Amino acid sequence: MASDELFTSGHRGCAGCGMAAAVRMVLQEAGPNTIVANATGCLEVMTTAYPETAWKIPWIHAAFENAAAVASGIDVALKKLGKREGINILAFGGDGGTYDIGFQALSGMLERGHNITYVVFDNEAYMNTGIQRCSSTPFAASTTTSPAGKFSIGKKEKKKPIASIVAAHDIAYTATATIANYRDLKKKVRKALDAEGPSFIQIFSPCPTGWRYPSELTVELSRMAVETGIFVLWELEGSDMNKIKVTYWPKERKPVEEYLKMQRRFAHLFKPEKKTDILNKIQEEVDEKWKHLEELNEMAR
Amino acid sequence: MGVKQVVKGNFATAVAAKLARVDVVPAYPITPSTLFPEQISTYIANGEMDAELLLTESEHSAMSAAIGASASGARVATATASQGLKLMSEMLFIASGMRLPIVTAVGNRALSAPINIWCDHQDTIAERDSGWLQFYAENNQNALDLMLMAFKISEDRRVLLPSMVGLDAFVLTHTMEGVDVPLQEEVDEFLPPYKPVYTLDVKNPMTFGSFGTPAHYMEFKYQQWEAMENAQKVIDEVFSEFYEKFGRKYEKVSEYRTDDADIIILTMGSMSGTARAAVDSMREKGIKVGAAKLTVFRPFPFREIKDLSRKAKVLAVADRNISFGFGGAVFAEIAGALINEKEKPMLIDFIIGLGGRDITQEDFYKIAEISKDAIDKGKVEKMVHWINLREVQ
Repeated sequence: MASDELFTSGHRGCAGCGMAAAVRMVLQEAGPNTIVANATGCLEVMTTAYPETAWKIPWIHAAFENAAAVASGIDVALKKLGKREGINILAFGGDGGTYDIGFQALSGMLERGHNITYVVFDNEAYMNTGIQRCSSTPFAASTTTSPAGKFSIGKKEKKKPIASIVAAHDIAYTATATIANYRDLKKKVRKALDAEGPSFIQIFSPCPTGWRYPSELTVELSRMAVETGIFVLWELEGSDMNKIKVTYWPKERKPVEEYLKMQRRFAHLFKPEKKTDILNKIQEEVDEKWKHLEELNEMAR
Repeated sequence: MGVKQVVKGNFATAVAAKLARVDVVPAYPITPSTLFPEQISTYIANGEMDAELLLTESEHSAMSAAIGASASGARVATATASQGLKLMSEMLFIASGMRLPIVTAVGNRALSAPINIWCDHQDTIAERDSGWLQFYAENNQNALDLMLMAFKISEDRRVLLPSMVGLDAFVLTHTMEGVDVPLQEEVDEFLPPYKPVYTLDVKNPMTFGSFGTPAHYMEFKYQQWEAMENAQKVIDEVFSEFYEKFGRKYEKVSEYRTDDADIIILTMGSMSGTARAAVDSMREKGIKVGAAKLTVFRPFPFREIKDLSRKAKVLAVADRNISFGFGGAVFAEIAGALINEKEKPMLIDFIIGLGGRDITQEDFYKIAEISKDAIDKGKVEKMVHWINLREVQ
C-alpha cells in the first residue's frame, strides 16, 4: 500500500470487505483536500473506535440518516468562512443510510444543489446490524429478516433503483461503479468531484459476511455482477434517463445463475432442488433491462 | 445604549442572532417559530446580515446541518418548537455529545396528541436530559438577552455545550413588546467572534463523532457532566458581565417578595409576571406569599433553590408540563435538589396552563389557597394538583 493512502490499514473491516477497497479508491482520487461526512454503519464502526482512526482527512459522523444534511452544513459553513475553495466535500453512506432511513436527507441535499459528492457503498442489506433486508436487497436474496424458507423465496420485492431516482433530481452527475472496474470507478469519482453541483456514485460493494461467500472472491463477484448484466455500469449528466451512457458493455452476458450460485444468500435457489422459475424470472428481468439499454444505445447513434 | 423597538418575541430572537453575527442558520419552519427563519431570510435579502441560511427539508436535517456547520467552525443558530424539537431530538444529544455550542430558540409549544399549537413547556422539558443548557424567557427582552448570553456561555471553553432559549408560544413569540435592542458595537464588545478549539480542517485532519466503546464512553459522558457543572459558574459570570454592560439583571432564580413569605410560588416563563401581580394582590389582603422565577433549568440551580427553600413553609411549583406517572418535571427536580436538606418546606405541585390554557391571577390565588391549607393541616395531603381543569367525564 502506498504511504500516501488517506484511508489507512489497521481498521476493523472484515477480510474481503468490498466497501473498504472502494473507500480507498475514492479517496485516492479525491486527495487530501477532502472532508467526509459519514453515516452510521459498518464504515464508521470499523474505522473510528476511539482513540483510533483510519482516516487521514477530516472526517465526521453524526447519525445514521443524515450524512447528506451534515455535509450540507459543512458546505455552507465553509462558504461563509471563506474556506470552501479547493475543498471536496463527500458524504458516505451505506445502502441503509441512503436508500431507506437517509433518503429524505439525501433528496434535500440534491434539491438544494450543494456541491457535494454523495457515495453509497451498496452491499444490499443492513450489514452492520446483521444482514437485515433493505430496499436495496435484490429479489430472492435471503436475509435475516427476509429468510428463505418453506414458504419464502427470500426477499419478495425488487431492488430499488436508487441511482435513477437520484438522477431524477436533475443533478450534475450520477454514476454507478464497482471495484473490479478500477479505472472506470476512478474516472467517475473524478467526474463527480469536478461536476458543478450535487453528484452521486453508487458503488456495488460485495460483503462476504452478508452474502456468504469466500472473502477472496470480492473482486470476482463485482466482475460477475457486471458480466452477467445484473449490475450496469453507467453515468448520466442531468435527469434524462434516455441519455444514460453505459460505460461498459459485456461482450457476451453470462447467465445470472453463475453470479447467484457463488453466494449462499441465494443458495435456496439451487437446493434442495433448483428453483428454475425464480432463476428464469431474474434472468428475464436482466434481459429486459439490457434490451432497453441496447435500444437507447441504438437511438443515440 | 440600545434602541427601543416594539417587537414580537420571535423577532427578538432573530435580531439576537443577527447581532451575534451568526454564520449559519439551518432552519425548518414550524409554528410558532416561523418568524425566525423569515426574519433571518429578510435580513439576508436586504444585505443586513452576512450569514448562510440553509433551508433544510426537516428539523432533523436542520439540526444535522447545524452540527456539520458548527464542527466546521461556524457560529450557528436555529429556531424550532414542539414537534420540530422532537424530530431534532436524536440530533440534540449528538450536538451536546460532540460539544458543539449551537444556540436554538424554542417557541415553547405543546406536544401532540391531540395536536395543539399553543403554549406549554413540554417540548423543552422533555429534552431535559439532552445535554443542552436551558433558559426560559419571561418576556421578549429576556428572549433577546438570553439568546446573546447563550452564545457566550455555550462557547466558553469550560462549557462547550449547546443552549436552548425557551419563549412561550404566542404569549411571547407573537406578542409585541417594547424591547431594548442593543447596538451592534455593544454586542461586538460583549460577544467576540467564535473561536473553536477543533474544526474540520484539511490542514489538521481530525476524526469527529467516533465510535465510543465501553472502555471510553463513560469518560466522554463524565466530561459532559463536568462541563454542565462548569456552566453554573460561567452563567453567573456572563449574567454579571451582561448586567455591567447592558444594565439588565439576570439571575438563575429571581425572587419577589419572598423575605417573610409563608408560601413561595415558583414559575417559569411568561406566567411569572402574572404570578407577581397575583402576589401583590394577595399581599394587600395580608396573605404572606411570594414568587420566584426559574430562568435557568439546565444546569439546575441547586444552590439558589436551596437558598429559596429556607424562606418558606410551602414551595408551590407551577409546572407548565407533565411527566406522566410522576407529576411536573420542575417539581421533581426541586424535590430532588432538596432531598438532603435537614429543613425543607412542604412541596406541592400544580400542573397549569397546558396546551395554551390561560394562566390568570385567580389560578395563583387557588395555588396559595391549597398551599395555605397544607400549612394549616401541617401536611401535604395531595402532591399533584391540576389547576383550572374542566370537569372530565
